[in-house]
Amino acid sequence: MLEIKNLHVKLEEEDKQILKGVNLTVGEGEVHAIMGPNGSGKSTTSYVLSGRDGYVVTEGEVILDGENILELEPEERAAAGLFLAFQYPVEIPGVSNMTFLRTAVNAQRKARGEEELSATDFLKTVRAKAKSLQIDADMLKRPVNMGFSGGEKKRNEILQMAMLEPKLCILDETDSGLDVDAMKLVSEGVNALRDGKRSFVVITHYQRLLDHIKPDVVHIMYDGRIVKTGGPELALEVEHNGYADLLAEVEKA
Amino acid sequence: MTRAELKQKKLDATAARVEGMTLPAGAPWAEALRQDALNRLLSMGLPQGRDEYWRWTRPDSLNAAEAPKAAVFVASEAPVFSGLDRIKIVFVDGVFDAEVSDALEGENLEIMRLSDALSSDIHWVKDAYGVQEKKAQDPVERPFATLNTAFATDGMVIRATGKVAKPVSLVYLHKKETSDAILHHVIRVDEGADLTVLENGPAAARFNKVMEVDVADKAAFHHVRAQGRDHERRAVTHVFATVGQEALFKSFTMTANGVLTRNEVFIDIVGDDSVAHVAGAAMGDGDFLHDDTVFITHDAERCESRQVFKKVLRNGAKAVFQGKILVKPEAQKTDGYQISQGLLLDDNSQFLAKPELEIYADDVACSHGSTVGAIDDEALFYLRSRGVPASDATDLLTLAFLAEAIEEIEDAAIAEDILHRLEGWLKRRRK
Ligand SMILES: Nc1ncnc2c1ncn2[C@@H]1O[C@H](COP(=O)(O)OP(=O)(O)OP(=O)(O)O)[C@@H](O)[C@H]1O
Ligand SMILES: [Mg+2]
Repeated sequence: MLEIKNLHVKLEEEDKQILKGVNLTVGEGEVHAIMGPNGSGKSTTSYVLSGRDGYVVTEGEVILDGENILELEPEERAAAGLFLAFQYPVEIPGVSNMTFLRTAVNAQRKARGEEELSATDFLKTVRAKAKSLQIDADMLKRPVNMGFSGGEKKRNEILQMAMLEPKLCILDETDSGLDVDAMKLVSEGVNALRDGKRSFVVITHYQRLLDHIKPDVVHIMYDGRIVKTGGPELALEVEHNGYADLLAEVEKA
Repeated sequence: MTRAELKQKKLDATAARVEGMTLPAGAPWAEALRQDALNRLLSMGLPQGRDEYWRWTRPDSLNAAEAPKAAVFVASEAPVFSGLDRIKIVFVDGVFDAEVSDALEGENLEIMRLSDALSSDIHWVKDAYGVQEKKAQDPVERPFATLNTAFATDGMVIRATGKVAKPVSLVYLHKKETSDAILHHVIRVDEGADLTVLENGPAAARFNKVMEVDVADKAAFHHVRAQGRDHERRAVTHVFATVGQEALFKSFTMTANGVLTRNEVFIDIVGDDSVAHVAGAAMGDGDFLHDDTVFITHDAERCESRQVFKKVLRNGAKAVFQGKILVKPEAQKTDGYQISQGLLLDDNSQFLAKPELEIYADDVACSHGSTVGAIDDEALFYLRSRGVPASDATDLLTLAFLAEAIEEIEDAAIAEDILHRLEGWLKRRRK
């Protein structure tokens, strides 16, 4: 499904290398977690994958479903099935959440040569999915993320993901800012999308989310690289001991 | 040159400008009003580039003896408002055309051609024609409006005596390349009455228009106008309004294209507990200059005023906003809001703003803001990451930028129509 090969990325504005050879392979239907200390390059990886400006890929490739997506525009990557749930969802004054969702869904359908959803079908689907995430009608009417609480913004990201039905979902700290109940809702939302084919990359600092969304593989990112890969137990180890021992071990090797 | 010499030069130019123009005939009282306006004009003079409120908008082409040529534009789609059930009143190059207009009548409505009204003895028109224009010359002169009062050749006198169901729709057609039109409308909305006036179309190669509106106590007046797409036309317009007690005044203007558009609005809120909103959405491409000059005076208690002006500019387009809220000493509990914003779609365009607040009452809440900026990169990327192509995303964000102004239109069907035009404007400019 996703193959990141030796990805090197620096900033466009300054000569600063952020990613220094990321390698990651995610198979169909798998859930991978990426953990790692602040500033290690997790969000940068997710931004580069989704095609945000400001980064320069100096080396490496990103293959999604056999296609090198680094050549594609962000919207083409989305239409190819990539979705990023932002660590910091963006507020858009003047665009209602509903318009935003409908525009996105229909743009992707159009890009894939499918017919646009009728207004009624769209409404029905949105309402059902919003309900399961406890997003009320008012939040759908309001401008995108404007005045939403931290947790509401994150639930809104999951709603977008549910509506767009991507092949590969990247969740960047979707658990941060969520209370216990919201964490459950969001996890249920994610798990509902697990169908054995769709793949997930879950970036998180906490085991708590991984209790709900069980990863197949856990990676530790440090200083722009994946430095250790293991099973779910790796996340538990981080939870109990922090990164110090782990990283010391990596440095030695 | 000394100040006196400059002033003399201005007056000489003004005298030269009106030489050969004759004051339209009418009833003695009307002729006296026109003569008074001409005298006032000759003593104040037409604007010059050095005048405080004309620094950013060159008045030369408006002052020129002849209207500069403007190519006639033919749109491929039906004009704005044509889908509405309305009372349609058509002017062709500034001349009322009864043939293609609806009958000048309607429930709770009196409509009359200006020339007819100024030739008869209608007492309320006597007290209205040019009266607000004259009053609005202080503290800032508006000489083109005075010129208009003196020389206006046509227009409508409209009185609403109750709720008027259909909007009165003034349609201005431009057919001659050098037409020079001066229209003056006088509107009175009686106590408790409710009237909507629509305006659309380019009118003429050069268009000078005044609308004087008297909104009586508990009355409501809605005004929505779309200034035509004839790019080469020039327009200077004035809306003067007096707003009574518990009354509502709302005016929205959409402007797409135009080498020169100067829209002045002067509102005097004289009755307590009233509301006055003025809004505009302007879209400019290339050789475009759009100027909103707004002056709202609060002279009563607990009134609310809003000024919401948004301008989308590309390819070197230029827009100006000069807006003032004046709160008189007795206008306590005033709620005044003013926002003017420019969205620059490239680096060549320019938005100039002069927001002013002058407050003499102590218990008021007034805020104003002015911003100029580009499309928000973060929002653009967010949309694109959801699959929305860059050009669609830019249009969506542009319309979002205009939303606050469009929301000022109360009627949903009219707002929809306006929105549709703005979308069309953006679509035609897709790369
Ligand atoms: N536009 C930028 N300008 C300057 N530095 C940047 C920029 N983008 C990323 N960086 C730097 O790159 C490094 C990696 O940042 P990134 O946001 O990817 O970390 P992260 O692993 O997601 O951290 P966190 O766990 O705190 O979210 C950090 O040192 C950050 O300061
Ligand atoms: Mg991060």
